Amino acid sequence: MNNVLEIIDLEKHFEDFKAVNGLSFNVKEGEFFSILGPSGCGKTTLLRMIAGFVEQSSGDLKIRNKDMKGIAANKRPVNLVFQNLALFPMMNVEENIAFGLQRQNLEKKEIEKKVEDILGKVHLKGYGKKEVSQLSGGQKQRVAIARSLVLEPSILLLDEPLGALDLKLRESMKIELKKLQKEFGTTFIYITHDQSEALVMSDRVAVMNNGRFEQIDTPKNLYANPKTSFVAGFVGEANIFTATYKNDLQICLNQDKEDFVINVNFIEKVSDKCKLYIRPEAIILSPSKDIKDLNKFNLIVKTILFDGSNTKLLTQIENTSYELLVSLPQNKQFAHIKVSDVLEAGVDYIDCKTYAS
Amino acid sequence: MIVKHMRAKMKNIKQLSFYIFFVPVVLWLLLLIVIPQFELFIMSLRYEDDMENMVWSFENYKEFFANDIYWLTFIRTAFYAIFVTFLTLIITFPIAFYITKLVNKRYSAFLIILLLLPFWVSELVRVYGWTILLRESGVINYFLMSLNITDSGIEMLYNDATMIMGLVYTSMLFMIIPIISSLDGMDDSYIEAAYDLGASKLTILFKIIIPYSASGIVSGCIVVFMLTLGNYLTPNLMGGKNSLWFTEQIYNQFISSLNWNQGAAFGFLLLILSSFIIWLGLKLTRQNLSKALR
Repeated sequence: MNNVLEIIDLEKHFEDFKAVNGLSFNVKEGEFFSILGPSGCGKTTLLRMIAGFVEQSSGDLKIRNKDMKGIAANKRPVNLVFQNLALFPMMNVEENIAFGLQRQNLEKKEIEKKVEDILGKVHLKGYGKKEVSQLSGGQKQRVAIARSLVLEPSILLLDEPLGALDLKLRESMKIELKKLQKEFGTTFIYITHDQSEALVMSDRVAVMNNGRFEQIDTPKNLYANPKTSFVAGFVGEANIFTATYKNDLQICLNQDKEDFVINVNFIEKVSDKCKLYIRPEAIILSPSKDIKDLNKFNLIVKTILFDGSNTKLLTQIENTSYELLVSLPQNKQFAHIKVSDVLEAGVDYIDCKTYAS
Repeated sequence: MIVKHMRAKMKNIKQLSFYIFFVPVVLWLLLLIVIPQFELFIMSLRYEDDMENMVWSFENYKEFFANDIYWLTFIRTAFYAIFVTFLTLIITFPIAFYITKLVNKRYSAFLIILLLLPFWVSELVRVYGWTILLRESGVINYFLMSLNITDSGIEMLYNDATMIMGLVYTSMLFMIIPIISSLDGMDDSYIEAAYDLGASKLTILFKIIIPYSASGIVSGCIVVFMLTLGNYLTPNLMGGKNSLWFTEQIYNQFISSLNWNQGAAFGFLLLILSSFIIWLGLKLTRQNLSKALR
């Protein structure tokens, strides 16, 4: 598929501070591309550069093979859905959606038809005459998206538009956004600090930190094979330990007096110190005897953190001071577990991810 | 039982506090506005006939229409007041926009204080300040003469342009403050969103910024129009005898001619005029008063 957006060595400096530091990446036509990062990582600056509100310090930004340098935001074939949506309060739903079309000097009939069409597509038929203040949060969201999509942009940029919604609505809007993107086939670039939004909706996710991309990958790969320790820590939950390199297949946890040896798949020696990441769900409770390549240990249950299907145990590895968070599958098999029980547990060598620190 | 008792007590306190705030307002309106206006209205309908008896009559109002100087002054005052309001709006809107949107937030409070500062001095003193600058032997003429631009002093006072300048100057603050407060509430993202949707800067001004600040503009315009129409000091000091401001006619009737009945009639005509123009203005711009004053 063709690239709709090409970015080459893009940089943005604010005096000495590099908000965006030498980024190069492509976004394909029709893709749902997310940029995930903590606040202050430069993702908003990047988005505003694509939208045309901020001019790059250096590098190239091409949309459908056209260089965007010097082209103002109102002339670019991209539209932005703002964090606070920015629906014009003095206009009703119809007028809000028609605003962009009127700027293109289309005929009145055509505008009416397009507005009607798009309202149907975002499931707001008959809402045209309503005032913005009469809409619910989710409806406002859809009007904001319709207002941008009606202009048929090459790329739709979304700046954390779900941030202001409550949890329930956010969950359902995630699914809805994904569906809308599929129906329209428009390229979405979505920025967020919420990893679950990025993972659920995106075709590809770029994890951003300090103005750089740490990894660009599919959500599944990002979760299963984080390339850097930042990604491993930021995407999904993990138990993090500092450790020392022992040999290519073993590391030591040495917070206690006695070393606790963990077998890993393979570790390349970069330095003596390294970091170990173990996902809570990688830990197998009561593993059967015939699974090979398993680090085995006993766990003492300290607390049960009940959260429905996301319930976890806070445990301590027996005879050590290491704490380990373990996912507890919500089936009858483990229903008997109580605080201060001792459980057999194991973790596959492959699931012990190490990163040089 | 206790809860019920407490609730009853709370209700009493609520009622009491309502009256505490309500009574002074009613008294103020009644004693200082309604009763004097009513008195003036009665007065305006009384006329001394040829036999020197006071009778009920519309004669005072007829006098207004019969005498050209009265109604021409009246119309002139109305048009100039509208013009001054419009001019004040045009001048202050960019300033308000600059203070709220363009300047660093830290300085905007400071700039508002700078705007307020001249208003700590009374209007009389401020207008005299202008006369010191503009009169024949004034500061500006002194410099013009010492730079050999003119040989003799030019009289810059006592003409319409100076009077309008003075009126705009005295009313600016009352326009700028409501506009600032309405623009202040506007999120910058509205401007960015409109720009992003393809609007030009001019479109953003007329479709987004002005409609958003409409309530501030309307309340500013109403206040400035009322103050200008009813201003006596500035037209008199800066426009002089040529100013032909309608308030002077009222003043003359009350003070010079001692014809209170005629003065009262003029006063009422001015009240009707200002109410009518404001009603018309609101209708034409499709605004409404309760929205503007919110």
